[in-house]
Amino acid sequence: MLFISRDFLVDIVDHALDAYPLEACGLLGGIREEVNKVYRTRNDAASARIYELNPLDYLRADRDAESQGNSIIGVYHSHTHSEPYPSPTDLAQAPDPSWHYVLVSLKRKFPSVRSYRIIDGKISEEEVVLIKV
Amino acid sequence: MAVEIRIPTVLRPVVSGQSVVKAEGETIGELMKNLGNEYAGLAGQILKEDGSMHKFINIYLNDDDVRYLEKLDTKVSPGDVVTILPAVAGGIF
Repeated sequence: MLFISRDFLVDIVDHALDAYPLEACGLLGGIREEVNKVYRTRNDAASARIYELNPLDYLRADRDAESQGNSIIGVYHSHTHSEPYPSPTDLAQAPDPSWHYVLVSLKRKFPSVRSYRIIDGKISEEEVVLIKV
Repeated sequence: MAVEIRIPTVLRPVVSGQSVVKAEGETIGELMKNLGNEYAGLAGQILKEDGSMHKFINIYLNDDDVRYLEKLDTKVSPGDVVTILPAVAGGIF
């Protein structure tokens, strides 16, 4: 399960819309299953089909999260024209089995958000629970 | 000279769960080699068999990505902090 506030969820969707038609990406700071901060990061690929999260943005986010007693617990990115489901590339390049993988699809009129765990090459969708902060 | 190295969550299981370890070396390459010698599970995760860096790992000396410095030949100094983070990427294919 991923626990996230409405504001953070809106921020992720806004980022995806701001970046359109390119893919957006960012990191989730928090503790285990609860998101305490969203870090917008640059997509170095500047592409509508792939993302490469800017390494220095990751370093800054990681330091900020650690300084607040959090850690990076996941990554989000947008699929501009496809379903919110991890692609073979997402699967192959998933860096950390403890992470949450959030996908925003802009394929339809209304954005849709899904979250997944990717462990040992297996994808499983998890529930996204909105929380009040 | 011992330098502090920050370990990403994905690699912590092979360093007994530690978020920070210390390793000896004068360059990033020496640090990584010695780190690999101390923690066997770490060796192949950071460096390839030919001794070069895996492309899916980023190593930082303080605020700088060592790929934009002297890569593994980048010299370290007392008080430096080295951070290892995975490369994060994906796409629609």
